[in-house]
Amino acid sequence: MRRRDLMLGAVAGAAFPALPALAQPAAARTLRVIPQANLTSLDPVWTTAVVTRNHAFLIYDQLCAQDSKGVVQPQMAEGWTVSADGLAWEFTLRAGLRFHDGEPVRAEDCVASIRRWAARDTFGQVLWSRVEELAPLDDRRFRFRLKARFPLLTLALGQTQNPCFMMPARIAATDPFQQIREAVGSGPFRFQANEWNPGQRAVWTRNPDYVARQEPVDGLAGGRVPNIERVEWTIISDSATAANAMVTGEQDYWEYPLHDLLPLLRRSREVVVQQRLLDGTYGVARFNHLHPPFNNPGIRRALAMAVDQRDYLRAVAGNEPDGWSACEGVFTCGTALANEQGSEVLKVRSIDRAKAALREAGYNNEKVVLIAPGDYPQINALSLVTADLMRRLGMNLELVSTDWGTLVQRRASREPVERGGWSIFHTTSSGQSLALPVFHLFLRANGPQAWFGWPEDAQIERLRGAWIDAVTPEEGRVVGEALNRRAMEVLPYIPLGFYWQPSAWRRTLTGMFRAPVTAFWNIGKAA
Amino acid sequence: MFAYTVRRVLATIPVMAIVALFVFSLLYIAPGDPAAVIAGDQATPDDVERIRASLGLDRPFLVRFGEWVFRILQGDMGVSIFTNLPVTTMIQQRIEPTLSLMVLTVCLAVSVAIPLGVLAAWKQGTIIDRAVMGMAVLGFSVPVFVVGYVLAYIFALELDWLPVQGYTSMTEGFWPWLENLILPAIALGGVYIALIARITRATMLEVLSQDYIRTARAKGAGQRSILFLHALKNAAVPIVTVVGIGVALLIGGAVVTESVFAIPGLGRLTVDAILRRDYPVIQGVVLLFSFVYVLVNLAIDLLYTLFDPRIRY
Repeated sequence: MRRRDLMLGAVAGAAFPALPALAQPAAARTLRVIPQANLTSLDPVWTTAVVTRNHAFLIYDQLCAQDSKGVVQPQMAEGWTVSADGLAWEFTLRAGLRFHDGEPVRAEDCVASIRRWAARDTFGQVLWSRVEELAPLDDRRFRFRLKARFPLLTLALGQTQNPCFMMPARIAATDPFQQIREAVGSGPFRFQANEWNPGQRAVWTRNPDYVARQEPVDGLAGGRVPNIERVEWTIISDSATAANAMVTGEQDYWEYPLHDLLPLLRRSREVVVQQRLLDGTYGVARFNHLHPPFNNPGIRRALAMAVDQRDYLRAVAGNEPDGWSACEGVFTCGTALANEQGSEVLKVRSIDRAKAALREAGYNNEKVVLIAPGDYPQINALSLVTADLMRRLGMNLELVSTDWGTLVQRRASREPVERGGWSIFHTTSSGQSLALPVFHLFLRANGPQAWFGWPEDAQIERLRGAWIDAVTPEEGRVVGEALNRRAMEVLPYIPLGFYWQPSAWRRTLTGMFRAPVTAFWNIGKAA
Repeated sequence: MFAYTVRRVLATIPVMAIVALFVFSLLYIAPGDPAAVIAGDQATPDDVERIRASLGLDRPFLVRFGEWVFRILQGDMGVSIFTNLPVTTMIQQRIEPTLSLMVLTVCLAVSVAIPLGVLAAWKQGTIIDRAVMGMAVLGFSVPVFVVGYVLAYIFALELDWLPVQGYTSMTEGFWPWLENLILPAIALGGVYIALIARITRATMLEVLSQDYIRTARAKGAGQRSILFLHALKNAAVPIVTVVGIGVALLIGGAVVTESVFAIPGLGRLTVDAILRRDYPVIQGVVLLFSFVYVLVNLAIDLLYTLFDPRIRY
């Protein structure tokens, strides 16, 4: 028991000796969480913010979901059938599913939800381009009729990166570019809108009507059993304060503790620090391919030759045991497509050889503008390592330190650096986002339509299409190798390896499991 | 007096109008784009453009400013770009913690700083005077967040007397409310105490050297009566002025204090809104702060008449 509670108890005991024993206190029925960011929006289609996705996993459910091995398993769906020609997919919903407003989940709700999601998600758009028709058959069944075979259909619907959540049709009818106004799902927890104070607190309570699957939890698949009455997020923007709150027991769970504070947390006997997320966080150095000097592939390669991923990862995660790992390919390490074909350029790790390559590529002292977000410690650390490399290479560097809000605006500028443009910036990405070519943002090379930096390479695009059309996993793997090889020649970006982002929780919590996102079902709390 | 008060209240209107124009213009030219933040990494430039259009951010400056002013005049501060909640609701949710923190800090600062300043003046040149002034220098020099962390470490982490963070509404009880605010109020009050103590000392020294104080002493008035009845009342005008000016200091300090102690107040709301470029929220909060500041100044002007009957409006 904490000293303050003991003191208060002594005072209360002296003052009110006849008080009856209380039932289990509210704190024991509440999971108090410090989320990784402030929950500002409730619509997982309108924004791709991770914190909104985590909220969505609490209140919504998915038709199918990925297990800990990445395999898609039925979730709301009882199952699905595929016609022999692969052009008709029929889904059947489990019986007894209900939205939080009491209405049953119907096939028409799923159809409307899929349509809205597909209008915004990259993978959804690929799927939608092959859909002839999507229509309900009855209350529990709906069918996709495809123009062409698309074996990735369940992966698209069950993906974790931008999940396809089911909402009531009346809500899913909202323009995908407008925010929904109600947070009504059919998931294991209900959002308490009246207790939502953005920047301070967000609250969910157990959904007593939730029908969990019977299988044990496995990643995001299996039974999503709400084992706690109330989940309460408290926004603590200051990391030191968050660490103190964990140590004193004012909070139970901290989603993303800062790496610098992990030793402090580990010293507390009441706090567990462990990896919950299944994937690491990957560093990315993104070039602007439109303007000098990085419109020259030789100069991009020269910089890549100077990169040692270990320096970047130490700058972010320090010397934490098992805190990070190099990953010298474009696909998530440990996944089916991971390979290092053609990755020799990232194994040079030599300033001298990079200098020579820079000269050879014709670098003419053009100004390089590197924008670094001071309010993102991890991305800022990556940026500063690159800045140091560039200085050692003798490049004409201008380091622009700014905040993330300004960076995301400036990176959209296609102007040259003299007119407010940029040359290089850094970002991070979850491993899930880099596992497959279909949603690998940094690998797109379709020029003006590509992600910021706008690389253009017909071969990469052709290979991406070939992967989507691949029929067997082996075929897909071969394409994956070709993609890595080509990416290392063109270098749309430089992969900087990955670090693990552990979480911290009080020992009183039970039922922890690893998953690709932070999920709160199955977690209980000992009194 | 009444006419003066009415005139001053009316004078706030043009001040607020200038503040409004300034804030709106500043946000218009400042870099950053909420649509890009909302759209996230997967969005194409077309997506960002569509979101910008749906938020009305693609319309000309004058149209947007005109609409905003029109709404403000009707008491409508608009809706947060991100949360979809009315700005007035968000301010209402946050005003109690900030107000509580500021009132407690002012009470603490005034009740500590004025006696300290009087004491230092009375004991001028002694070790007490030097100690008080030394503490004042320390109060000025140590940043609010450092004081906050040290207090949290000692009283929350080591001694476990007070909570590390958070805020409990007064409706849930006086002690839960107070225990969350003690450390933040001390941290925030440090610089304020230093400021008021120094001004009190300086003003008191000046007053204590006046002829009427010598006369009071000659007439046999006691030390306490001289200090608090004769001297302090006449030294009050500059002290009250500093207390008023300090409110601006508190607004700035509250931003840091609220972050360190995770108090969901207006300071954090402002910082969060700035980082996300949530324009309606920034505009609403800055307008509110300006209004409060103007009102505080008015209150101070009116207080002058209380302490110095020679002042008439």
